[in-house]
Amino acid sequence: MLKITDLKKSYGKGEPVLKGLNLTTDERRLTAIIGSSGAGKSTLLRCINRLVPANSGKIELDGVNILDLHGQQLQHTRRQIGMIFQAYNLVDRLTVMENVLAGRLGYVGMLRGILRRFPQEDVDRAYALLQRVGLSQYVNKRCDTLSGGERQRVGCARALMQNPRILLADEPTASLDPKTSERIMELIAGITDELDLPVLINLHNVPQATTYADRILGLRHGVMIFDGNPGDLTEDWLEKIYAGYEDDLKKQMRVAPQEQDDE
Amino acid sequence: MSESPDHYIWRRPHFIETPYIRYGLLALALIYLVFALSTVRINPQRVMAGIPRAISMFSGAFPPDFQARGSLIISGFIESIQMTLIATAAGVLLSIPIGFMAAKNVVIKPVYVVGRLIVVVMRSLHPVVLAVIFVSAVGFGAFAGILTLVLYTIGFVGKLLAEAIEEIKYGQVEGIRSTGAGYLPVLSYAVFPQILPRLIGLSIYQLDINLRASAIVGIVGAGGIGGTLNTAFGRYDYATASAILLVMIGIILVTEGISGRLRRFTK
Repeated sequence: MLKITDLKKSYGKGEPVLKGLNLTTDERRLTAIIGSSGAGKSTLLRCINRLVPANSGKIELDGVNILDLHGQQLQHTRRQIGMIFQAYNLVDRLTVMENVLAGRLGYVGMLRGILRRFPQEDVDRAYALLQRVGLSQYVNKRCDTLSGGERQRVGCARALMQNPRILLADEPTASLDPKTSERIMELIAGITDELDLPVLINLHNVPQATTYADRILGLRHGVMIFDGNPGDLTEDWLEKIYAGYEDDLKKQMRVAPQEQDDE
Repeated sequence: MSESPDHYIWRRPHFIETPYIRYGLLALALIYLVFALSTVRINPQRVMAGIPRAISMFSGAFPPDFQARGSLIISGFIESIQMTLIATAAGVLLSIPIGFMAAKNVVIKPVYVVGRLIVVVMRSLHPVVLAVIFVSAVGFGAFAGILTLVLYTIGFVGKLLAEAIEEIKYGQVEGIRSTGAGYLPVLSYAVFPQILPRLIGLSIYQLDINLRASAIVGIVGAGGIGGTLNTAFGRYDYATASAILLVMIGIILVTEGISGRLRRFTK
């Protein structure tokens, strides 16, 4: 379903962040991407939904090369790709419901969106999703009054509201305290299981990756150096993935997820 | 490990490092100040001659006379307030699209250049100059004043709105854009809510400014209380003039109190 071939990306004239990356996922499972800061994890996800433009290569979703799309075609592809952000990226001053319904903006007409007149089935689905993430009591609360964990739940609901073919999550738990972080991971894993969605998730936390993911990719300096099952991720591999980032490495070697603190 | 001295000497670094340039600029500023003062030529005789005139003016202004021209004062203020309200509403509405056009981060370059140009032109002309132009274009009266204040509002609100748009948090835009939303929905969901408190605050503030400006533009014939004030001065009717000034101060104090309180609600 998602096929990335020889993807290259550099910012300005600097060292390339992605150096000819290849990746295929068509299985409906959770794929975690690990790697130290600056390895290119975020850039990879952002290239997929074109929040940043790639330099060369191909990203095909159901056979359509996303890098060739413009205007409305790009919007129609974007709406099939849900994204959850590290900083939640909700609109602070809008209500929870508006943020969730924003997930339908790629589908409804412009005027309906701007006037907040969404079709009844969208509103019903938004209520159902808010119930699923446990926030149905906050429908009309402004997002800037919510806690970090609650905001990320809204972020999940917004992404799912798109009825996505695939879900991208860019370090969705990195801004949260360890307990909340676990809950959000459980939520994402649970929902994707229920909805039968493939998920690409960047994680800074290896124990979380091995706990929740079905497949793990190790990214180092813009090159995929590990691709395998969580069980195959030995300490040797971790050392290769995180070599030169000793602090990151030490953190990852402590395996018990409960003892991880992220900040 | 180098051994540490008994005490350290620390001074705040100078704003301009090179001493020649630092003291040179200071000397230039002093020379200019002396030169400027020498060209002012304060004439003590004219100052002395002015004192009795000032005394007669102030004694004429006291007590203020609200009655003699009462109906003129009231109609003048009503016209000023009407001008202010209409011009602020129209100006703010026009400022919104122009503010978006003049914000680098939400429009393409050619649109940005046009938007900036509109704002710069409107800001470069003082309301009195604008009023003179409009009075000669559309004739004496409130209409010229309203046009003046509309342009004045666009210059001020449009510019500050554009700056507010350029300072928005971009993550929120990314969040909405990633859902596949089109251009206008992104503006409506991710940009507009972020600048709304600023827009409300600016509009209320501009209402204050326009009320004051409406008095000034009246002096050159663009309607409102300014005209009445000018006539009062022209007829040496200082009692009426001081009455107008007192009412003006009162109204501005009241609106300032209200607008300050309203702006505190927009967080």
